[in-house]
Amino acid sequence: MKFGVITFPGTCDDVDARLACARVEGSDVVALWHRDRDLQGVDAVVVPGGFSYGDYLRAGAIARFSPMMESVIEFANDGGTVLGICNGFQVLCEAGLLPGALLPNVGLRFLCRQVNLEVVDTDTRFTSGMQTGEVLSIPAKHMSGRYFVPEDQVDGVRVVVRYAHDGNPNGSSNDIAGVCNAEGNVFGLMPHPEHAVDELTGSTDGLRIFQSMAGALV
Amino acid sequence: MARVRVLVRPKEGILDPQGVAVERALPALGFDGVSNVHVGRLIELDVDDPSTVDAMCQKLLANPLVEDYEIVS
Repeated sequence: MKFGVITFPGTCDDVDARLACARVEGSDVVALWHRDRDLQGVDAVVVPGGFSYGDYLRAGAIARFSPMMESVIEFANDGGTVLGICNGFQVLCEAGLLPGALLPNVGLRFLCRQVNLEVVDTDTRFTSGMQTGEVLSIPAKHMSGRYFVPEDQVDGVRVVVRYAHDGNPNGSSNDIAGVCNAEGNVFGLMPHPEHAVDELTGSTDGLRIFQSMAGALV
Repeated sequence: MARVRVLVRPKEGILDPQGVAVERALPALGFDGVSNVHVGRLIELDVDDPSTVDAMCQKLLANPLVEDYEIVS
């Protein structure tokens, strides 16, 4: 299993994402630079969190047009596995790989706290081995994490994880924390599974998402 | 070369917390009778061909899912 983790100018969670991928048994991890186009034969791409291009214009709006993202869009459309975390989720929405958009949090505060995520869909490459209704403890930290889809489209969205126990921290539609595309090969979420891979920091629930991605390929 | 201004605002009906925050701040400064405040952004550009600006808005300057835009010269 070969993971590739993209770095844009302003990305800050690429190192943790690479470390998380490296914790998956038998994995190989490469760094992907935003200006390159070569995906280096990876099996899965991680678009990590941070503030790509300073969040100028809208979060993710400019990163979406980088040369590397053009390759990722092609890769995703061919069925490749793509995980977007936080700013990476914003980039995937801007790129049209995932439905919806991420708006500034209700309350306009930067949010930084551990959140509980209820697994809604276990039939994806990212949640295999999990149980429907099981709760993952994963940190969230963002300013624009309010997931929005027009009301007439919300039923068509494939929700993978929701904020559990009425713990919606940002005003997201229907408590949605993460969604995948109809085909199930592209997944984006606001909380940070790459920061929940070691008991030392409170939870290893995030690692299961990376393990699931690797397991799906075997 | 033409100077073009693009106004981008949150779509009607979508909660605009920035507008709400400004609306709440104004009475504290003694400005009463203010309602329906929305905060958007202004983008100014010089372009050779103003007919291309609409495509720029669709593709990059605005997110049509959540924002309306208006091109003013």
